[in-house]
Parts: sequence; structure tokens; C-alpha cells
Amino acid sequence: MNNEITGKPIDRVDGRLKITGGAQYAAEFPMKDLAYGVAITATIAKGHIASIDTRAAEKIPGVFGVLSYKNSMSLHFPQGGDPGSGKYAEKDLLPLQSDRIFYDGQMIAVAIADTFEKAEYAASLVAITYEPETAVLEIEPNASNARQPKTGLGNQPMQTKRGDASTALANAPVTIDYTYTTPVYHHNAMEPHATTAQWTGDELLIYDSTQSVYGSHSLMANMLGLEPEKVRLIALYIGGGFGSKGFSWPNTVVAAMASKLVGKPVQLALARQQMFTTAGRRSQTIQNVSLGADRDGKLLSIRHASIVETSFVDEFIEPCGVATTMLYACPNLEVTHKVVNLNRGTPCPMRAPGESVGTYALEAAMDELAVKLQMDPIALRLANYADEDPQKKKPFSSKNLRECYEQGAAAIGWKDRNVQPASMRQGRYLVGYGMATATYPANRSASTARAILFADGRAEIECCTQDIGTGTYTIMTQIAADALSLPITKVKVKLGDSDFPKGANSGGSQVSASVGPAIRAAAIDVVGKLAKLAVQDTGSPLHGLDEKTIQANNSGIYSSAEPQRGESFQALLSRLRLDRIDALATTNVSTRAPEAGQPEAIRNYSFHSWGAQFIRVLVDPDLYTVKIDKAVSVMDIGKVLNQKTATNQIMGGMIFGIGMALMESSVYDPARGRVVTRDLANYLVPVHADMPVFDIRFIDRPDVLISPIGARGIGEIGITGTAAAVANAIYHATGKRVRDLPISLEKLMD
Amino acid sequence: MYPFTLIRPESPAAAIKNATKGTKFIAGGTNLVDLMKLDIETPTALVDINGLEAFNTIETLPDGRIRVGALVKNSALAWHSEIARRFPLLSQALLSGASPQLRNMATTGGNMLQRTRCYYFYDPAFPCNKRVPGSGCPAIDGYNRNHAVLGTSEHCIASHPSDMCVALAAIDPRVMLHGPRGERSIAFAELHRLPGSTPHLENTLLPGELITAIELPSLPFAVHSHYLKVRDRASYEFALASAAVALDIQGGTIRAARIALGGVGTKPWRSKAAEKTLVGAAAGDATYKIAADAALNGAIPHKHNAFKIELAKRTLVRTLNIVGGNA
Ligand SMILES: Cc1cc2nc3c(=O)[nH]c(=O)nc-3n(C[C@H](O)[C@H](O)[C@H](O)COP(=O)(O)OP(=O)(O)OC[C@H]3O[C@@H](n4cnc5c(N)ncnc54)[C@H](O)[C@@H]3O)c2cc1C
Ligand code: SF4
Repeated sequence: MNNEITGKPIDRVDGRLKITGGAQYAAEFPMKDLAYGVAITATIAKGHIASIDTRAAEKIPGVFGVLSYKNSMSLHFPQGGDPGSGKYAEKDLLPLQSDRIFYDGQMIAVAIADTFEKAEYAASLVAITYEPETAVLEIEPNASNARQPKTGLGNQPMQTKRGDASTALANAPVTIDYTYTTPVYHHNAMEPHATTAQWTGDELLIYDSTQSVYGSHSLMANMLGLEPEKVRLIALYIGGGFGSKGFSWPNTVVAAMASKLVGKPVQLALARQQMFTTAGRRSQTIQNVSLGADRDGKLLSIRHASIVETSFVDEFIEPCGVATTMLYACPNLEVTHKVVNLNRGTPCPMRAPGESVGTYALEAAMDELAVKLQMDPIALRLANYADEDPQKKKPFSSKNLRECYEQGAAAIGWKDRNVQPASMRQGRYLVGYGMATATYPANRSASTARAILFADGRAEIECCTQDIGTGTYTIMTQIAADALSLPITKVKVKLGDSDFPKGANSGGSQVSASVGPAIRAAAIDVVGKLAKLAVQDTGSPLHGLDEKTIQANNSGIYSSAEPQRGESFQALLSRLRLDRIDALATTNVSTRAPEAGQPEAIRNYSFHSWGAQFIRVLVDPDLYTVKIDKAVSVMDIGKVLNQKTATNQIMGGMIFGIGMALMESSVYDPARGRVVTRDLANYLVPVHADMPVFDIRFIDRPDVLISPIGARGIGEIGITGTAAAVANAIYHATGKRVRDLPISLEKLMD
Repeated sequence: MYPFTLIRPESPAAAIKNATKGTKFIAGGTNLVDLMKLDIETPTALVDINGLEAFNTIETLPDGRIRVGALVKNSALAWHSEIARRFPLLSQALLSGASPQLRNMATTGGNMLQRTRCYYFYDPAFPCNKRVPGSGCPAIDGYNRNHAVLGTSEHCIASHPSDMCVALAAIDPRVMLHGPRGERSIAFAELHRLPGSTPHLENTLLPGELITAIELPSLPFAVHSHYLKVRDRASYEFALASAAVALDIQGGTIRAARIALGGVGTKPWRSKAAEKTLVGAAAGDATYKIAADAALNGAIPHKHNAFKIELAKRTLVRTLNIVGGNA
């Protein structure tokens, strides 16, 4: 269809609602007798609670109670553990179940009152004493005790070998060997983790800020020991998650527990400071990368050894080296991950877990190798271009990375780059150009959706997936409108409700590729049902035709052979006196478990997205302030579903990467293990004044193997490669190689 | 936040009368309310001075001095045409601070009395000599990147965060006060205290005393001035180092100089030592470097802020060059 709306840069269907404040987030559901919870968090890194004195707090009129391990209900140990069906972030620390403390900032109590202000005041009056124990606070002194886990999240292998990396490295004519470090990063979504919980008898209604409505729903039923039918969980709008809301954190279940305690609905939103301890983070990483090449730049050996950290109550391993296993054609490779347990809150996925920090180390190392080889960094990458997945030994479903390099180089003006570091000037400023490869797996998993066509010509889509702020409502509306041949104004997509059929969780950039095909299939089934009715109906112009020759067109169904022959949906349904026709469709395709009865295309190919990131920086030669002047990204992400939302995802990812490269960093007090940069005045993210001119482009070639929609996910790939491109550009501008993020100015000063 | 009562006096006299022990004046509230939310400030009552219209004007006096009321908003002061023309360094300092929304709320009086951004001061779970006298200073052996290198003591190394005050330190206005014992004025340089052994005492105001205005001297050479702020991002962030400079250069020789530094001092840091090296010297990079060394003489680094010494020098040299016409 040439007048397809999919792909068009339409405005967000919920844009107006959001801008005008009409979109309701989890802590924005006014209800009768709503009580407010304020969380109280631990101020030691390890030990026990010795005493909790709540008397002063409970004396305040309007305070309903203080929930802690002393009066809390028992929770059931959550089964499962796959984020799609619900994962509690800290399996060995169900909230408020004991007096034990595993990290500073752990949620240990909640004060509940009739106003937020009173709850806050009450929380400050709760007197807690501790019996502290010696905590393990830093990776470096404990690195020698690091464990070497076999697998990480989703059974991803954490130790990968091919050939003999050590021997090949020892024999390589040109080698580099450097260690790159990244600090703890925090997601800091604009909307904090927030929940409103309301019991009616033994039924529970939860408004939650989650990236997995289905998962959070089943997890809550699981932990509270309820039948799933007794729980309804809703997340209509989510103010960002970036991975921090993929697992469930204490706020959700504790809101339900608090509500039970006081017999009123309870709203519980984390304070910004609490977002730094009990809502996930990215692990600190220490990554050693060794590369060996021949004199023409052909890679002979890659070694990427990472040390990361996790808490004592769950294990999330930042998979730094996963992209390294497939990015370049190289016969000898060794990727390892080690992990140290610390008394810090548990890390979790954060925008491109692994690839973000991993591509920083690998792509900075490639730049160092290019310098050593006196080779153009793009030429080095082309010399090692992987035409098939070198680890899985399967062809890629679609890879147009060469074009990404070419277009990006042209857009940034790569040919004007003087190879010599610190050689280019613009007025006072040193000028530098850097580039890096971007990559992220193209994930797809099973999804179910319902399409409903009403007699008045409107359609609704229902699916229990969620729009975490990325534009899911909009692109799903476009997909459904095309499949039904309706204008987008006639299509309403409803998401974020556990009463709807199960859709994919928002993790691994998979929603578009997973839910889009299900919605399309459901819509096509509706059209099929209508066609069947029409051919059997003597009143229809399509009577007697073969239903397979009928297709949706212009808000109705028409013969594909005779495009004028047919009728509108409205005409057909009203003649048949039907209010609605609906269909439920499941697309059971998973690139994540490709062997288990999946279509051949899925089994035989490796699915990834690609891109090239180019950065131009201006660096003050005395003060070492860095200004990103231009950022170019050329992305190969399959079909672009909406130019606007796609550009916006890549831009957001790059801004994340710029922050990661230049300023973001969570610092823990060395003596106490308490985060000291725990608000947005001290955890710096880029502001508008830091923004470069962005030039974001897409190859826009559908990946027909991943789904009939041809789109691969786009939420995470934008951050990958960006930090390396920035670091490489700063090296080119100054001749200084900083291998420790963020590259704050003191690291560049002599 | 602790409960408090709100008092809205209609005259300065009533404001002062209500400013009894445990109360606080509130102007823009952009610093005080944040600190109250974190239980760092726990006033029993707020005396809201925003109704005192008389303090909301900017007036040029016959002798050329400019009187700026304590309630004049940072944005109004920055964009005031005479301020922008006669005191570029002040206008630039104000506009480099916070964000437009905050500057539209923040006042001249409140800006001068804003409190440090030391991470530990902001977190009641930590001890802090400034917050709880005698409890200790975790910053000295902890994370001290945004801390001071000048004017520190073994009890406190917190930096003064204001940009406006750095420009004022260079200009050295009179600070007009009104308190239970009547009106008086002090030099700006006398307003802020060094931490010494009493870091909780930050200024020399007497109990219940209200800042009513500041009076900028007619300092004609301040037309040749500049404020430069160096920070981790381009906007909406406090200074790692900043410099306010005014120079009177005639025929290549410096006749008079005003130098103040930000981000590095425990109070807005005027450097008379640097000024002294400049006066009578030939304008130029060599002179400026000597001044910068003098300004940072005696600076004490800590683990994470040692770079500020060199950064402040370079910032000052750059600013001198800008005012001197070489950059
Ligand atoms: C996010 C953020 C970023 C910021 N960034 C910067 C920055 O980059 N640079 C910078 O310089 N500042 C910055 N600030 C600080 C800002 O400049 C101050 O908060 C503001 O100037 C305080 O003025 P106010 O009128 O709001 O004071 P208030 O908060 O009302 O009061 C502050 C203090 O002054 C006292 N007070 C107020 N007026 C009087 C008076 N007339 N007499 C006696 N006492 C009085 C109050 O009792 C209180 O103790 C930032 C603030 C925020 C929140
Ligand atoms: S530096 Fe000063 S404000 Fe900071 S913790 Fe030490 S005493 Fe407190």
C-alpha cells in the first residue's frame, strides 16, 4: 500500500494529553481516602536494625501507621525470574521482611498519613538505631576474589571463547592492551518509581510505573499469594524507565502492603534521593581490552575481560563483552566477566546493558589500535567487517553497516579531518573528530493482541504491553490503521492494563518488533472475519466472491481484483446488526529462544541492528571544557515506523551516551558506602545548552526476516558507540586519551 | 519537612519584630525551601518578606552609587540596563547562575545568604560541623570534588556556591541592614565569615537582622569587567572555578584592579594579593600569571579538588585576558 501511514513522521497520538497534563501517571490517580506513604531508608551499608521507635511519628494526627518488618505481612518468595513474567529485583531481599540491612538506602519502613506532608514529617520522626557490621564497599580491593559466572540475565553466556586468543595476541605484530573504567550510573527517569495500591476486599488494584505490566502483575499476585484474577495492574503512561522499571522494586509490593495495613488506598512514590539506592543502577565496570592485528589492520585476537559488581541480594552482571563476541570478524576471541559482591543496591539493566559500556571500551580500543597502525579508524573497521555472526556462525538477517559508515563520514566531514591529534583548530578551540560503531541485538518475543472493530467505524486495539514514553501508542496506532485501512483518528490503541492480552515487556528494545506483528495479525484477522461475513451475505456487493480476494481499503473491504467493488465497514456491520467484530492474535516468535520450535528464518539468522556514530568536539586548550559541536548517527534498524519517534529515540540515546562520556557518575562515600551525588544537582546529566547539532539518519531498509513489519527495536542502540565516539573525538582534539569515564576536565588538564 | 507557621508582615519593622529565635526570613525560597524539605533547616516560623515593596527597587543615587533592594530578583538585576552597562561582571555572574526560572524567583538578599552545596551538608544522615556543630566533617576524608581550596579550616572545607557574590566581592558594595537594634551597614567583605572552628556561623548578621539593600559604589572602571565561570556542563551548574575581574588599564599599564574568585573559596573570594601584583604592572599574559599565582597562594588541596588550584589560575588568567582585550 503506497499511502501507508506507517513510517510517516506523525505527531504522537498522546502528545497533546501529555503536554496538557491530562496523561495520568502511577501517582496521579486521585481516589477517596487516599493515603500517602513516604519510604524510610537505611543509613548503614550492612548490619541489623536494632530498634525502630515509631511513637513520635504515630502521635501526629493524620498519621495512620508506620510499616516495617515488625508489623509487615509475610511475602511469598517469587517464582520464575524471567522479566517477561515478572522479576523482583532483589530475590534475597523481599522488602520489610527482616531486620537485616544489605546496603545503605535499603527501604526499611514506610510512614503513612492522610497527606504527603504529614507522612514526610512522620517519616523524619521515626527513630532507628542499628547494629552495623563491616561492609564490602569497593571493587578494586576485592577484585582478586571475583567470581566467574557461567551465565547472566536470560542465560546469556558470560564466558565466551573461540580459537586461542592468548597465543594469537602473543604472536600479533601490532597489539594494544588497555583498561577502561566506567562509574556507577543511575537511570534517573523523570518519573520516579511510583505506585498507588487499593484493596477492595481481597481484590487488589495497582497503578504502577513499570516497564512490564504483565510481569509486575503476575509478580504481585505471586508475592502476595493472590490468584492472578484478583489483581489488576495498570500503567497507562510511564515517565521513562531506561531499564530501571523492568524488574520490580520495593515500591510496588510495599504500596500494597501499606494499603493493607491502614485499610486505605496508598500512594507511594520514591523521592529522587531514593532513586539512587532502591531503584536499580548500572554496575561500575573495569574492562581490560587487548587487541592484536596484522600490519594491515586485520584483527588476529580480541580479549575483553570485565570485572563488574553486584549486591549481596541478587546477581545482575553487566554484560560488557557480549557485543564484542559478534562485532568484528576475528578468529581468536576471549570474552570474560567476573563479578564482585558489594554492599550496594542491586544493579539492573540500564539502556543497552552491556553494549553501552562495552562498546565504549571496545570502540575506544579500536581507535587506539587505528592510531598505532596509522590507519583510518573507519578503514580499520571495514578491514574487520563481519559479514556473518562470527560467534554463532550464522548470517545476519540484514546488515547495512557499510552504508552507515559512509553516510556518517560524509555528514560529519570526515575527509576534512587531519589525522594528527591536536592539529585542528577553530578559533581558540581544539577540534576533534571521533567515530564508533553502534550495535544492539534485534529482539522479538511472543505477544498477543486484540483488535476490535465497532459498527461506527472505529477500532480499538488492546494489548498488555506499555508505552514507557517512547511512542509505542503512536506507532501501534499507525500499524493498526494500515492493517485496517482506517485513518489514525479512528483507531484507539489501549495498552498498560493487565486485563488485556499479554504483550511483550519493555526490555531489550523489543516492543515494536514483538507487539507490532501481533497487532497487525489481530487487525488482519478482523478483516478476514468481515470478508467471510460479506461473501456470505446476499446484501453485500462482495457476495459470492472468494474471501481470500478481499482486502481492507479506505475504511472498508473491497475486492482486490475490482477495487471499486466493496463496502465500508460501517455499512457491512450495520446491515448485519453487529456492534463489533473482534479478533485475538498471538505471534509466537522469539529471537531469544530461537531453537524452541521457531520458524526457520528465526533459527538460521543472527538478528542485530547497526549504526555508526560520529562526533565533532571543540575543546578549550587551557580550561579543557568540552563542547560537543556536532553529533551524527546513521542507523540501520530495519524499517522506520515513524521518523519522528525514531529520531527522538536515537537522539535520546546519544544524549545518554554524551552524559555517560562527559559528566554522569554516581559517587559513593568511601567510608560509608552511601551515595553522595544523590540528586539531580550532583548527578549531572546534559542540559540543552550542552546539545550539539544532531544529524540523525536511517538506512530504512525493512528486515523481512524478523517480522512482516520489518522493524527492529530502536530504544537502546542510540547510546551504544556514543561514549566511545566522544572519547575518540577528545583524543583527536587534544592528543589525550582518558580511559576513565566520565571525561571531566581535570582528567584532561596536565 | 517540619511543620511551621507562615507570617506575612507588612512593614520592615513588623518583619524584624517577628524574627524571633527559630524563625527564618523567606524571600524567593529557592534555597531555604529545598533545605527545609531535607530537614536541614527546621524553622518554626517563616517570616515572608516578599510583601515589603520598598525592598524591590533599583535606584541610582545622585553620586553615582546604585542602590539595589534586597528583594530585587536576580533576573531583574541582571537585565537592568545600568547594571549591564556599568557592571558587566555582575550581570554576567547573575546570568551564569541557576536557570531562568530560578533567577526569576531568587533575590539579591537570598542569593547572598544561600548555603553551601557540600554533598554531606545536604544529607542529614552524615555528620557535618556546619549542620550539627562538633559532629565532624566527612568531606575532608571523603568525596570533596566541589569543595574549597582557599579559606578552609580543619573543621570545614565547604565552598561558597554563589556566582553573584563573586562579582559583588570584586565590587565590594555596602550591605544595608535593619535589625532589632536599628539600621547599620557593613562592607560586603565583612558579610561572610571564614569557617574556622565555627563553620555553622556563616555571616555576621545579628539575630533578627534583615538585609534591606546593597549599595554599589560608582567604580567607573567596572565597565571594563568580566565574569567567567567554568563548570561540568554548559548551564545549570555551580562553578568549579570562576573569576570576576575589573581592570583599569591606561596606556598598557594597569592602574587599578578588582579580582575575585568563585568555586574555590569558603566565602566569595576577593584576592587583594592578586590585585596588588597587577597595579602598576604592564597588562599582559606574564603579569596575569603572576597575579594568578598570588591569588592561589596558600591554597590547600584535598583528594578530589586539587585540580581546582590550577583550574582557578587558568580561569583567572583567561578572564584577565578577556578584560585586558587579549582574548
Ligand atoms: C537547582 C539550583 C541551581 C542553582 N544554581 C546556582 C548557580 O549556578 N549559581 C548560584 O549562584 N546560585 C545557584 N543557585 C542558588 C540560587 O542562586 C539561590 O537559591 C538563590 O539565590 C537564593 O535566593 P532566594 O531569594 O530564593 O533565597 P531564600 O531561599 O528565600 O533564602 C535564602 C536564605 O537567605 C535568607 N534571606 C533571604 N532574604 C533575606 C534578607 N533580605 N535578609 C536576611 N536574610 C534573608 C533566608 O532566611 C535564607 O536563610 C541554584 C539553586 C538551585 C535550586
Ligand atoms: S565541608 Fe563543611 S559543610 Fe561539608 S561536611 Fe564538612 S563541615 Fe559539613
